Amino acid sequence: MKPIPVEAGLILAGILFMLGLISVLIRRNIIFMLISVEIMLNAAGLAFITAGARWVQADGQVMFIFILTMAAAEVSVGLALILQIYHQLKTLDSDAANKMRG
Amino acid sequence: MELLWLIPVLPYLGAFLLILVGSMISRKQVPLIGAGSIGLSALVMAVVGIDFLSSGQPYFQQTLWRWMNVGGLDVGITLSLDALSLVFIFVITFVGFLIHIYSSEFMRDDEGYPRFFIFMNLFVGSMLMLVLAGNLVVMYLGWEGVGLCSYLLIGFWYREEKNGYAARKAFIITRVGDTALAIGLFMLFQNLGTLDFREISTRAPEVFTLGSETVVIIAFLLLGGAVGKSAQLPLQTWLPDAMAGPSPVSALIHAATMVTAGVYIIARTHVIFELAPSAQLAVATVGALTLLLAGCSAMMQYDLKRILAYSTISQIGYMFLALGVGAWSAAIFHFMIHAFFKALLFLAAGTVIALLHHEHDIFRMGGLRRSMPAVYWTFLIGAASLAAIPLVTAGFYSKDQILWLALAGEKGNGWLFTAALMGAFVTAIYTFRMVFVAFWGEEKTHPTHHAGTAMILPLVVLAVLSTFAGFIELPHTLGHVQLFTDFLKPVLPEVSLNQSLVHEEWIVQIGAALFTFGGIYIAYLFYIQQPHLLPPVKTYFSGLRKYWLAGWGFDAVYNALLVRPFVGIATINKNDVADRLSDGMVAITNYFHRLFSWTQSGIMRWYMMGIVIGTIMVVTISMLINA
Repeated sequence: MKPIPVEAGLILAGILFMLGLISVLIRRNIIFMLISVEIMLNAAGLAFITAGARWVQADGQVMFIFILTMAAAEVSVGLALILQIYHQLKTLDSDAANKMRG
Repeated sequence: MELLWLIPVLPYLGAFLLILVGSMISRKQVPLIGAGSIGLSALVMAVVGIDFLSSGQPYFQQTLWRWMNVGGLDVGITLSLDALSLVFIFVITFVGFLIHIYSSEFMRDDEGYPRFFIFMNLFVGSMLMLVLAGNLVVMYLGWEGVGLCSYLLIGFWYREEKNGYAARKAFIITRVGDTALAIGLFMLFQNLGTLDFREISTRAPEVFTLGSETVVIIAFLLLGGAVGKSAQLPLQTWLPDAMAGPSPVSALIHAATMVTAGVYIIARTHVIFELAPSAQLAVATVGALTLLLAGCSAMMQYDLKRILAYSTISQIGYMFLALGVGAWSAAIFHFMIHAFFKALLFLAAGTVIALLHHEHDIFRMGGLRRSMPAVYWTFLIGAASLAAIPLVTAGFYSKDQILWLALAGEKGNGWLFTAALMGAFVTAIYTFRMVFVAFWGEEKTHPTHHAGTAMILPLVVLAVLSTFAGFIELPHTLGHVQLFTDFLKPVLPEVSLNQSLVHEEWIVQIGAALFTFGGIYIAYLFYIQQPHLLPPVKTYFSGLRKYWLAGWGFDAVYNALLVRPFVGIATINKNDVADRLSDGMVAITNYFHRLFSWTQSGIMRWYMMGIVIGTIMVVTISMLINA
């Protein structure tokens, strides 16, 4: 089996990261924003895996496990926050939570 | 004697208590604290005084704690008691106590009843601090405390604008003198390295030569301070306006406290003045001029309290005259007697004014001797003492001594004596003009109620003192009793007499008596016997009268020379040119504040956009630098 070139992996990771970043910036629904952050995390994880495969090092996979755990923790905190925001504001629009303005 | 510290502390404590609980306790309890603290202080004064006299030491000093010790300046909170300060604390606590008793009834219906006693107690406490101080710094503390309290009390009825104006005037004008005094203190410290009274009096003769420039300047600066506080020429204009305060305040300012501070400081630093003969001559000249000018002004006033105010200025002028000719103990003696009769006159005047519903104009009073006999008789005794009616009044003995020493003292001369004699004449005129117009003649206003015991009792006590206190010091021709001078001898040197005149004393006394009776007769002639003689005289002197009524126009001159230019400059600089710089800084900061607070929109996506753009920029820059 022909190995996947490292550039392809990195480009895919870059595209995924940009997708996540752009949707974080343009989405107003807070759940979608959370999902986009997940996409960005996974893009970063993919970049680590690709790099680990390229240099034949286990470090990349170790980092991915880290990111995975961190993502789980982040989701739990994030969901709790989303629940609270919904509870308080009766909406999932992130712009409604602008009480800290100025 | 160890209780000395209690004397100034008790009034302060009373004020402090009243500040804490004054609004909670009933009106009956307020004077218990207010007057009670002064009463206790007077009691402690009596105990300490007797202890001091029986111990026979020349002085007693008590250092409570060290205040500061910087660069060779070691200032302790030191209280020192000697004969001079004993006389002062006696007058302050005793007369002060009587005035407080009087005020407990006089001010009863005032809404600021506790506030009044707080200020009065602070006033008395500060004055006690002033005269008990062992060094000039502590004295200055009391000095400023007195100034502050006078401001608070003159403006006590602050709702009327003119009272606030009078209060500010008193404060600012005395401040002019205070500044001179402060500079004098600095120079004293620079030259002597100490501000302790006792050390000053030992070290000054060693350091300064007689009449050297420095000591003359210092003496003049001290005189400046004294002139401001004691309302002498040219800083006397605040005192007549200070009548805006309640009558007990006037009594306290004029009799026991404040205006006598100037006399005290000159007597206390007499060593300096003896080393500076020109300054001492200036003291005498200021006194002589002031007593004449103020006496003339007093003759024209129609406000009962203003007459008394000008008479205070004039009487303090006598004390300055005595200080100026080196008759130290005569000045202090006149201070004590003056405290008695002037407190009496002010309290009696206050009673009259209160019973007649705030009527100040003596020409609208008239005939009061029938409707308020107790006030009339006590007022008459006070007036007799002020006019120095021979033999029977205390004022005669004190004033006669000053007259005599102004002529026969080594530093006295004919001019000073003539001024003092004319002053005595004028004093008799204005005093009995006041008595005749207000208390004799037909009745014009009838009092609606009567004064209570708390107001009459202090009058009677003071009347007794104004009569009999003089007998402790009798002139050579009349028994030659010198209890007071002997008492003060450890502190104040005796005046040396011009030997060629010693046997002429009786001539001076008879002359003074003649002038006094002449003055009384003139007042009687114009106001009771032949009132129709008065209008032609009035029209003849109308120009002069206008000047005298306005206190020689000092106020107008000061207004034109100082007040108006100052107000003009203030108006020009209304927008504070110097503040532009700091205002500009404030404006810039404000602008940036608005700019940055606009970025804090609260919208999370904006923040993330910021982070992204920032990251891109950082990465780009680092790449560009590395490339």
